[in-house]
Amino acid sequence: MAGLSFDLIALQLFTGLALGAIYVLFAIGLSLIFGMLTVVNFAHGAFYMVGAYAGLFLVSMGGNFWICLVAVPLLIGTFGMIVERFLVRPLYGRGIDYPLLLTFGLSYIMIELIRIAFGTSGYPFDTPELLQGAVDIGVGYFPLYRLFVIGATAVVLIGLWLFLERTNFGLIIRAGARDPQIVRVLGVDVSRVWLIVFGIGTAIAGFAGLLAAPLQGVIPEMGATILAEAFVVTVVGGMGSIGGAVLAGLLVGVVVSMTSLFAPEMAKVSIFALMAIVLLVRPQGFFGRAGLMS
Amino acid sequence: MIDIAPTIATASSRSYSWFDLAKRHRVLLASIFVLIFPFVMPFTALAVNILIYGLYALGFNLLFGYLGLLSFGHAALFGTGAYLCGIAIVHFGLPWYAAIAIGVLSALAMATLIGSLAIRTRGIYFAMVTMALAQCVYYIFYQAVDWTGGENGLRGINVRAIDLFGFHFDFINPLVRYYVVASFVILAFFVLSRILASPFGAVIEAVRENEARARASGYNVVATRLITFILSGGFCGLAGSLAALHLSIVPIESLHYETSGMAVMMALLGGMGTFFGPFVGAAVFLLLENLVSLWTVHWQLFVGAVFVVCVLFFPEGIWGTILKRIKP
Repeated sequence: MAGLSFDLIALQLFTGLALGAIYVLFAIGLSLIFGMLTVVNFAHGAFYMVGAYAGLFLVSMGGNFWICLVAVPLLIGTFGMIVERFLVRPLYGRGIDYPLLLTFGLSYIMIELIRIAFGTSGYPFDTPELLQGAVDIGVGYFPLYRLFVIGATAVVLIGLWLFLERTNFGLIIRAGARDPQIVRVLGVDVSRVWLIVFGIGTAIAGFAGLLAAPLQGVIPEMGATILAEAFVVTVVGGMGSIGGAVLAGLLVGVVVSMTSLFAPEMAKVSIFALMAIVLLVRPQGFFGRAGLMS
Repeated sequence: MIDIAPTIATASSRSYSWFDLAKRHRVLLASIFVLIFPFVMPFTALAVNILIYGLYALGFNLLFGYLGLLSFGHAALFGTGAYLCGIAIVHFGLPWYAAIAIGVLSALAMATLIGSLAIRTRGIYFAMVTMALAQCVYYIFYQAVDWTGGENGLRGINVRAIDLFGFHFDFINPLVRYYVVASFVILAFFVLSRILASPFGAVIEAVRENEARARASGYNVVATRLITFILSGGFCGLAGSLAALHLSIVPIESLHYETSGMAVMMALLGGMGTFFGPFVGAAVFLLLENLVSLWTVHWQLFVGAVFVVCVLFFPEGIWGTILKRIKP
């Protein structure tokens, strides 16, 4: 244990936070869509993956990473809205499982289309020049790009919070999550709100995919793995709770990076063990309302 | 409502005939179909695969179709059955029948473990928790390289002959192999039909239709869910064990998320909550896979598209839609 200094653990903690930031972005999109539409988006991983590929495509066409940061969420969000309008919407009122099954089938189609367009093997994704290298954060040198991931996530979270808490449209979204029927009675076109929420959720997924691309490269199956891990995040944090998703996402990231420091072979299993403990002790999650799922 | 009620009553009492007769003898009919099935298939190995995955979807359907719980983690049950059956043969040199018993028992144990954790959540959570737990099982088997072969899968499950009660069957012969697997599938048909026809089977459907009412009637909803999950695991474990014997290797993909998704797709394509539907779904899924992959490697695109169309327009599935049409 000689090599395990405080600095090393602190650095690993920051690595965990960067990893957790991706989980947070992925899970808030999932949570936002579920909280509002009661749809578990099984294609969320596929949107994340398509986001990474869209970034890859734009960069290869001569665009730079900074343009992608704006263009990718817009593209994926638009695509998400098309999906909601024409595929998910006909299924409302037909039982909670059907939208889930539909998005599950859709993820197959999206992954296969990407394989047709880009091939089955993965691609590396270059870290943008401006964000290469490492900076001294007091406990040692830390990759600048990971710091950027944490910062970008914070910006998105603050923006989302301001949007939900400080705008009229955010008020309608929050009211709609609590009682869509009353909102409809008050004269709000709820289906338009759902369309936009689905768009925002998938846009964030695409953004998360783009942010993750320089960290782990781009492959067609990248969405399936994070989907299972994001389910852990939503179970631990409490489904439908944005605050829960943030806390649990960071926690899961830190748990993964800490176990890979002490017992690398247990890193993947550890987060599921965390979920099992939460299920035993507090089945509704940290911030979940008991009875929400009934 | 009152006006049409007598009409319906007379109509159904008049047509109390072949449909109900067929329903009563569903095990016999399904068994006859299974026995003649290899002769209408292009090749026997595909027929064996359809039998095995049909059984897998059948077990899944007990949970999803009859109880109404959507699991995305059934690969863990199928894969545990397959791996433990294989380990019994490869590492312990046990005979095939003992290996199948171990496969089924270990799948039952795994189902007890996953089930008791997952039923602590409700509704839509269930799909997510089962999927996450199955992913965990995947990583554990992946890491235990000494026992499972890790990424390369478990190899060397060589069963050349089936000896039973003095009879000797050549397991290499595809048709013999088919009928060995078929005898297990027919046994499973019988057991499943008994479960569904029993009072417990009625409770299963009561919980699906109206949970609150079932609870108010004094039935233990949580126990019903757990027991059904475990029973479902038994069928899937049997399917996994047979797959291990058939392929003589257990690929790590048996535990993969896509194997879980396969059960969902097959059950929904065929018709959830119908006795024979999962079988039809498995046949359609695997035939589609085999036929489409003759001219493109991207067969998943077609399977995905057929599935999405099914969810949108034929939620009762192929067999369910046929049943609805021919029902007098």
